[in-house]
Amino acid sequence: MKLHEFQAKDIFRRSRIPVPDGQLVTNVDQVIEVAKNLNGPPWVVKAQVHAGGRGKGGGVKVVKTTEEIKSAVDTMLGKQLVTKQTGSQGVTVHQVLIEEGVNIDKEYYLGMVVDRSIFMPTMIFSQAGGMDIEEVAAETPDLIFKEPVSPITGWLPNNARNLIYRLDPLPEPPVIKALLAVMANLYKAFISNDCSLVEINPLVITKEGQVLAVDAKITIDDTASFRQKDLMKLDDPREKDPLELKAEENDLNYIRLDGNIGAMVNGAGLAMATMDVIKSAGAEPANFLDVGGGANEEMISKGFEIILQDSRVKAVLINIFGGILRCDVLARGVLAAAKKNSIEVPLIVRLEGTNVDEGRKILEESDLKFLVAKDLAEAAELVAKQVS
Amino acid sequence: MSILIDENSRVVVQGITGQEGSFHTRQMLDYKTIIAAGVTPGKGGQQMEGVPVFNTVQEAVDKEGANVSCIFVPPPFAADAIIESAAAGIGVIVCITEGIPVLDMVKAANFIKDKDLVLIGPNCPGIISPGKSKVGIMPAPIHKQGEIGVISRSGTLTYEVVYQLTGAGMGQSTCIGIGGDPIVGTSFIDILKKFKDDPQTEGVVLIGEIGGTAEEEAAEYIKAGFNKPVTAFIAGQTAPPGRRMGHAGAIISGGQGKAEDKIKALQDAGISVSLNLASLGKTVSEVMAKHRSV
Repeated sequence: MKLHEFQAKDIFRRSRIPVPDGQLVTNVDQVIEVAKNLNGPPWVVKAQVHAGGRGKGGGVKVVKTTEEIKSAVDTMLGKQLVTKQTGSQGVTVHQVLIEEGVNIDKEYYLGMVVDRSIFMPTMIFSQAGGMDIEEVAAETPDLIFKEPVSPITGWLPNNARNLIYRLDPLPEPPVIKALLAVMANLYKAFISNDCSLVEINPLVITKEGQVLAVDAKITIDDTASFRQKDLMKLDDPREKDPLELKAEENDLNYIRLDGNIGAMVNGAGLAMATMDVIKSAGAEPANFLDVGGGANEEMISKGFEIILQDSRVKAVLINIFGGILRCDVLARGVLAAAKKNSIEVPLIVRLEGTNVDEGRKILEESDLKFLVAKDLAEAAELVAKQVS
Repeated sequence: MSILIDENSRVVVQGITGQEGSFHTRQMLDYKTIIAAGVTPGKGGQQMEGVPVFNTVQEAVDKEGANVSCIFVPPPFAADAIIESAAAGIGVIVCITEGIPVLDMVKAANFIKDKDLVLIGPNCPGIISPGKSKVGIMPAPIHKQGEIGVISRSGTLTYEVVYQLTGAGMGQSTCIGIGGDPIVGTSFIDILKKFKDDPQTEGVVLIGEIGGTAEEEAAEYIKAGFNKPVTAFIAGQTAPPGRRMGHAGAIISGGQGKAEDKIKALQDAGISVSLNLASLGKTVSEVMAKHRSV
């Protein structure tokens, strides 16, 4: 689950990671009152959306008068913001953060992830802050410092020293002290909130020698939701595609893609491979849908409905390899959805595995019109025919 | 031979009285897997399908000689179950559970790191040595005893591959799903090392997917001197970056984990990569035929 910047900064405040003072507005009328309570000019106006690349998309503005705050907020609230991560449609801005401006002396990057190859939470630090860190990593990997943390010891001061004393030039002693504290607190916040990613870009050293997290990005590990119930309340469903949201409510893995062939598959690997098969047949998948290994009739039915409700879909491929999910359960689920929704596009069904004969029989004896593919190669051919 | 498990493996099922645990215990018993014991805390002394149930794994090891564990424990308690098995001296731990918090797996993975044991999973279908033993949830009838070793990060995709292999007349020595999570106990390389020394295994099928760099590392290892022909397939050529494709570990992020990079690394290592799942069985046949004719 992704958090908004203002939510991530609330967590930072609680974790004693300094951030600039700021306030959230959802209405342009709140601006004058908010500006009165914040030091400035200058102020910074920041659209609160999950997508990155806000700065270049016009979602971050530095302003010098209250009038300018108002007009900046006005150009963002309720409008579509297009960034390199949103696609051409953009996303609607529902909330805007107004913050005090800061006197930037230096910009660093500080982040934390779990390095899957060594099984350890790893802090990432760079003096090339304020830039696209992926580009920095690709072009000047020497500027990226990494420090893995043993889960047995937790974060220790030597971990921070290993990062900080590689800086060139070395900051003043008070700044080093502040960095030591920020790093230790970041580690604590990462662990106690079950984060899968924390990013501060830039971590600013102000001209006054203060260390401030000027931007904040946090992603929470969804599998920890059972013990992070308060954090889960921060989820913003407005940031999600409506069909993806419906899938989520039904415990289905659905991702909207750009094509026109709907696909329903059991298992993530097979679902990805089925998308690839659709593509190599000369078509484009409209979605990724993994109904999961243990789907029941209702989940199948809901999954099929989600595809049928997608107006872009011109044909549907159901590819099920029955394991725990039995083919007869699949067949009943498909029929249940077909009863509630009219199916106006060609349906291609490929079934194999547990209870396959029973599943095929249930479909054949129904009113449902569909094409049978005996294997994946034939399924691909039938898909190709639909799009030619 | 086969690797990791065979007809003498003595399995303890952790979470044996749960819905999934009991269902798959029956399926494994049908396959003649020796289920030596079950564990459900608080239900020690009971029986499940004639299998004695204990409160702890240690008891299952001490009293029934269990040496393989199969975990169906719910996600909040599954990392603890892995650590319990490891501490009790189990040699092969198979964790089926999906959805274990990453930071729990960080602890479990670091706990087992220097121990003489193998952890398969989590979030995996398990292991089957066809005709000998099945420790997991895969549909048994599609398998056939034979010469191909199969390693995969996926479940149903592995079933599809095995189905094609069996259909093309190629049986399997051992099939292993290493799991779809970001942190799994076993890498492709760990398994390749075992297949290398297994006389029953004549060739290997490696099924990867987007996310991480496990396939690239496997390619390096194979290039450096793996002695058997490998055919590979990578799922997710059409997956968009930044999205988790069902498996927690299947995500392209920070410019890492793309299918095209993995395919290129494998091809550069001289490995045949099937670009289309529909024809994978055929590709493996060709690779094996070519290898035999040399």
